[in-house]
Amino acid sequence: MAVKITDGNFKDKVKDNLQDDFMRGAVSGAQDRLRSRRLENAEELGNWEEWRSHGEEIRQHVLENLDYYLQELSDNVQKLGGHVFFAQTADDANRYIEEVVKKKEAKKIVKSKSMVTEEIGLNAVLEKAGCTVIETDLGEYILQLDEHDPPSHIVAPALHKNKEQIRKVFEEKINYKKSNDPTELARHARETLRNEFLTADVGITGCNFAIAESGSISLVTNEGNARLATTVPKTQITVMGMERIVPTFEELEVLVSLLTRSAVGQKLTSYITVLSGPRREGDADGPEEFHLVIVDNGRSNILGTEFQSVLQCIRCAACINVCPVYRHIGGHSYNSIYPGPIGAVLTPLLAGYDDFKELPYASTLCGACTEACPVKIPLHELLHKHRQIIVEKEGKAPISEGLMMKAFGIGAASNPLYTTGTKLATKVMKPFMKDKEFISKGPGPLKEWTMIREFPAPKNERFRDWYKNREGGDKK
Amino acid sequence: MIQQRAPFIKNIATALGREMNTTKKPERHWKYNPQAKTLADLSQDELVQVFQKQCNNIHTDYIETTAEQLKEVLANRVDMYGGGPVSIWQDERFDTFGLRNLLEEEWPQASVEVNEWTVENGDDNIKLAEKANVGITFSDITLAESATVVLFSTGGQGRSVSLLPQTYIAIIPKSTIVPRMTQAAQIISKKVQNGETVPPCINFISGPSNSADIEMNLVVGVHGPIKATYIIVEDR
Repeated sequence: MAVKITDGNFKDKVKDNLQDDFMRGAVSGAQDRLRSRRLENAEELGNWEEWRSHGEEIRQHVLENLDYYLQELSDNVQKLGGHVFFAQTADDANRYIEEVVKKKEAKKIVKSKSMVTEEIGLNAVLEKAGCTVIETDLGEYILQLDEHDPPSHIVAPALHKNKEQIRKVFEEKINYKKSNDPTELARHARETLRNEFLTADVGITGCNFAIAESGSISLVTNEGNARLATTVPKTQITVMGMERIVPTFEELEVLVSLLTRSAVGQKLTSYITVLSGPRREGDADGPEEFHLVIVDNGRSNILGTEFQSVLQCIRCAACINVCPVYRHIGGHSYNSIYPGPIGAVLTPLLAGYDDFKELPYASTLCGACTEACPVKIPLHELLHKHRQIIVEKEGKAPISEGLMMKAFGIGAASNPLYTTGTKLATKVMKPFMKDKEFISKGPGPLKEWTMIREFPAPKNERFRDWYKNREGGDKK
Repeated sequence: MIQQRAPFIKNIATALGREMNTTKKPERHWKYNPQAKTLADLSQDELVQVFQKQCNNIHTDYIETTAEQLKEVLANRVDMYGGGPVSIWQDERFDTFGLRNLLEEEWPQASVEVNEWTVENGDDNIKLAEKANVGITFSDITLAESATVVLFSTGGQGRSVSLLPQTYIAIIPKSTIVPRMTQAAQIISKKVQNGETVPPCINFISGPSNSADIEMNLVVGVHGPIKATYIIVEDR
């Protein structure tokens, strides 16, 4: 699929998606739920800010010492009997994986959710090589069955689909006869996929964090599909972005605690699986052969630049779940496998400004994303930096900010402080309102205030409008 | 085998604007250490309470019992889950807690099939676990905060036993309970620093498998077990 999902321009995509009422309802519902679960779980810890600062310093340390930790990791994987391939580009990675698969004469491959394999477009390469590739994360499985419908959220990829649409896909593709009840649908997927797991030749996974000291990789999941993909098939291939690494188990623990709370509001997900090399002598399950593919694919171009901090990202989607622009336009409008604020920063860096120069403008710069980020990436500042570069390069903004905001249905914005107080305010601040009257946990500039007291929520009607109506209209 | 490493890593050092370092371990001076304080001052009994409370959030049944009662409690639970086949680890803790007679005499006599994970069974282990109704393992480390059992899998402790059966029961010796993942990470990291090789698979399991991928509705039981029970037992 690569980073870019389809051809077509940003404005048209926004326009189409604004018409999709189910999607917009689903997105705002999901945002509200995920956001409040994250806050509940973060608050319970009592010192969330300290946790975020610790997460930030760990990620910064790793990026500054990435050469050492990659050397240590690969040495340790080799000691355990695993193979490591360093892939400078997407093509390098795909070529190596295709070779392994061919050498194993593999026909059937099961995959657990992995953003980086989406990024390098691995499935298409393997399918062309004659393999059947089965996505086993429930959300991704649904999308794959539905003629490769693209994902719209990095944690909940099928968020834009309703259960009736899913029932129809199952009925057409996997002989499903029951209702649109989510449990019945999931049970059918369980039965269908169980058989695929048991007969697969190769399991392919992503990697949440690799652990340098022990040569391990870790997988943070709820469904159990990543465990199956690394338990039954005889060959395991794990693909990781080169920055997804921690020095020891102690830092792993901190980042996993931040990730599970920020992504889904869980203390830990159902399964945190730490795998170290292939099976040992006397083991009756686990892969006989283990390959770790470490991917650069443009990341080293970000290192050492003013955008380096974006590589701190742990792919939790907390920024996506608070973004007022994402709320209105949904994931597909970004046309990138990485949507939302993180996508608007990362996509132009990985795939170039030419196709994605509008994305840094898909933001009100309200700062809610920066606030939500568990490893303190200054996302709205990076978006602002992108805009500066684009304006310098193009001589002008690719799209008028006013028009853009109008297209989002949010209203025109230039000064965020002013606008959060006036015209945009009701819609932008909606995710932060406790009820209709007060804002209890404001983003960015409102944060200090709302930490100790609640801020009155903006009225639907602005004072200027109210005054105008009351006085019987302005003089023309 | 390691391929294409040197140019890849050199490129990273160049981007960082310095000489490549692959030999000198970077020093870690953390300014923050929030994890050390979390739940750290609770007694063992208070940790059990935290653990029990969290079980409600993760759709897992909680049972507390004594070593003497364990056999009966376990037999009842398997019965409630619909009986065998039962898949178990090869584990001497079954002897320590007086369960051997149940496994080798009482259950087979009552036509409850019991399959122990053994090296000799090879690939058949997976098939037996796959058709099992109940999987039973011990917990090696137990985390109070998240109600998590930590399983070290290698040899007779197959990964599949806690994964492939319809339902799962973890037996948790009370002494294995620690406040949170912090302490488990320290235990494992210490092993690494002492030159021990970590097991090929470590699982941190918190309840049955689940998914919210369809309209954000929580479905409990996706690819792993559909139901789970934790039995906390006083140590022998």
